[in-house]
Amino acid sequence: MAPAPSKLYADDVSLLLVLLDTNPLFWSNCALPFSKFISHVLAFLNAFLRLHQLNQVVVIATGYNSCDYIYDSSSATSGSSGTGKMPVFCSKLLENLEEFVIRDEQLEKGGPGGGIASSLLSGALSMALCYIQRVFRSGPLHPHPRILCLHGSQDGPEQYVAIMNSIFSAQHSMVPIDSCYVGAQNSAFLQQASYITGGVYLKPQLLDGLFQYLSTVYATDLYSRGALQLPKSVGVDFRASCFCHKRTIDMGYICSVCLSIFCKHHKKCSTCGSVFGQQAQSDVASSSNKRKMSDS
Amino acid sequence: MASGHVMKRVKYKTSVKDPGTPGVLKMSGDRIAFIPHNPNSASKLDVNFRSVKGHKNTKEGSNKPPWLNLTNDQGGSYIFEFESYPDMHICRDYVGKIIAKSGEPAKAAPAKPDMIAPDEQINTAELEVRIKLLREDSELQKLHKQLVIGGILTEAEFWATRKRLLEREYGNKRKQRVGFKSAMISDIKPATDGRTNRVTFSLTPEIILQIFAEKPAVHQAFLSFVPNKMTEMDFWTKYFRAEYLHSTKNAIAAAAEAAEDEELAIFLKHDDILAEEARRKIRRVDPTVNIEADQGDDYTHLPDHGIFCDEAKETSEPQYELYKRTLAHDINRHAAVVLEGRSVEVELEGTKTVAEALARSKQAEAANEDSAANADQEWLKRLSRLTEIEDLQAPHNHPVAPLCIKDPRDYFDSQQANAVKILGEDPLGTAKRKSAVNSNEAFGFLRECISQVKSVGLHDPIVKSKDALQVFNALAHDISRTKYDVGKISQESALDKLPSTTKEQILHHWASIQELLKHFWSSYPITTSYLYAKVDRLKEAMSQIYPQLEEIKKSVPANHKQQVSVLVRQMHQALDSAFQHYDADQQKRSAKSDQRLNGMRE
Repeated sequence: MAPAPSKLYADDVSLLLVLLDTNPLFWSNCALPFSKFISHVLAFLNAFLRLHQLNQVVVIATGYNSCDYIYDSSSATSGSSGTGKMPVFCSKLLENLEEFVIRDEQLEKGGPGGGIASSLLSGALSMALCYIQRVFRSGPLHPHPRILCLHGSQDGPEQYVAIMNSIFSAQHSMVPIDSCYVGAQNSAFLQQASYITGGVYLKPQLLDGLFQYLSTVYATDLYSRGALQLPKSVGVDFRASCFCHKRTIDMGYICSVCLSIFCKHHKKCSTCGSVFGQQAQSDVASSSNKRKMSDS
Repeated sequence: MASGHVMKRVKYKTSVKDPGTPGVLKMSGDRIAFIPHNPNSASKLDVNFRSVKGHKNTKEGSNKPPWLNLTNDQGGSYIFEFESYPDMHICRDYVGKIIAKSGEPAKAAPAKPDMIAPDEQINTAELEVRIKLLREDSELQKLHKQLVIGGILTEAEFWATRKRLLEREYGNKRKQRVGFKSAMISDIKPATDGRTNRVTFSLTPEIILQIFAEKPAVHQAFLSFVPNKMTEMDFWTKYFRAEYLHSTKNAIAAAAEAAEDEELAIFLKHDDILAEEARRKIRRVDPTVNIEADQGDDYTHLPDHGIFCDEAKETSEPQYELYKRTLAHDINRHAAVVLEGRSVEVELEGTKTVAEALARSKQAEAANEDSAANADQEWLKRLSRLTEIEDLQAPHNHPVAPLCIKDPRDYFDSQQANAVKILGEDPLGTAKRKSAVNSNEAFGFLRECISQVKSVGLHDPIVKSKDALQVFNALAHDISRTKYDVGKISQESALDKLPSTTKEQILHHWASIQELLKHFWSSYPITTSYLYAKVDRLKEAMSQIYPQLEEIKKSVPANHKQQVSVLVRQMHQALDSAFQHYDADQQKRSAKSDQRLNGMRE
């Protein structure tokens, strides 16, 4: 366990930030029951922690109304040896998760009520990145961080800007965002996140084998990834959400000054205040329609 | 238009002033023949087109008669006067095509396209740039040959999309001027033969120009004395005698000699013209002069800084002050001349020409300086213009307006409000909410799941081995599928695997399709009949590409068929969308004209 001269402990020590989707609206409709899902995940996390003594796991619950840290392996006390049913960290995690769900539910009652069935991915991503920044800044050595999104809810276009900002900040700090999407349709956000940050996007076909997917694709440290053939995404959905109505659009208007995206022609850009020309309305419409590439 | 051969009545002139011999000009195949009406006339002509290097013609509307001037490779030219402009145009186009075919250097010379926009006269400098570009870039040349010579695009249209390229090429052409050497003229050392007392100075026009520039008095004297009063030889002998006297630093001797010889005195006295100019000079340093380092700069190892001068024997009697010249004088004057730059751009041949050219340029300068009232203003302007030394400049970019997001909070708040509003109104959102289970139930269900896991514990085994195997197989299959690798790995492109001829063909087609499409899309919206005709031409050309692409597909070996068809499909798509747009536009047009007709009927 001799520390390497670099800032990293060693090239195979990882810090894994798991973003766990706990959107009740999604899980009540999902083919894979949450109990199965969580047991696959727990088994995977257990395996991951055993891969290296210094490996660290942080679990963040991505709720419907809030997000929170529910487990951090570095602060967990390794006192008792578990109940026999499961390792002690699992029961601790489940306890925290339960508390989190209750809190989330209380927020739901107080909140405006209703909404579409997307969870707060942007918030969870931000928390993960904040944690990573803290790790980067504290202490002389740190493990190699990466983010794993275990997500199922559909994209919330209203979070587009926030999520894209998180993605770019992850890219900037060289943190890959891996994503395993268990929902029905592909998630454009997660596809883009993995594509931009150099992570792996995977949509498992066989949900009963989730543990196998997780351990095959996501368990290896970043250094070993260089030597492995991991699944590549065939195509990435690069569609954007418009800034005005948060709809996902194929074609739209781009502010020529600040590159804000709109689904309709506006007189003035709401972001930078540039006033758009009025001449030849129909020509402008046809020429400034920008088509987003879908690389498939 | 000019298919097999052309025959026109012309007058053949050997020079511009020649009245011309009437006869018939016949151009066929690769020969030009002129048969005079008078069979005895000497001015028969029968030349091969290969010897024709370029052609010029008079413009319609200018007062000149329709002349076509063919320049041959010996530097001579054949001038034909036609009876009318249309005749001349036909011949010119014919010549253009032939030259284009016969040799690459003359490629861009047939710059006159079939359909000339009236403002299409281009200067030779631009033409040269175009020729150079074509010669350097074989891709471009191929494209040019296919599209311009093929009559699909006009020369001007072809180059209009490459303005950047031309500009860059142009930019490279403007070079800095070469300044004077930094070696001082006092360094001109005499050559002695060692036996006699004679010394020989060898002067080159270069040195003379420098002497004139540094010593206006000598220049003045040369203009007024040579050759009326003395020969050039005498002049320079006197000059170097004076220089010699200076170099001995014997001011007394110099004064004595000057008293005897009034011409010599000119060289020995202080330069009045200089003193007069000195102050103004300081402000007129041209910042663009290229002060090139040469051997004259390499003086550090030489005694006296290598300057042929001896400061040691200074006499300081005031009456001889007039005849004393210090090293500082020389250096300052030299520096001034170097900084001023060389304004004379003549072939340095005779001393006389040099002297006169310098005098002319001085006069011009003097004339400029007459307007010294606003000289300051002008100088500032000139400075700002001239200090743009091209190799120190960033490339010219379009003006930018900085992005300003006035108040980020404002933006986010408005976004938030919008989002909430939309969520409330969005019919899709409400539908989803209804379809979803009541959130209370959902939360309850989730909690139940968690407590279930807590009580039961992890499944054992986590995955069935059958499932695990299936997952493994699926992943392995996904990863090994080659389909995803094609075009995804940047190191090896799909093109490299193809046979080189196919690769070249495909690349060439792609380039020409791009060029055509660029012109096609840039012609919309169609506002003039010229654009209309252009789009028609382009459409014709594009429709001819389809069968060619099919041919490529057929010709490739079976193992590459799939990759080629992927590549060709993209080209098809690009072309298809252009055709779609064309058809839609056509329909819109016809609908509009129908409406108009209907309106008129009512």
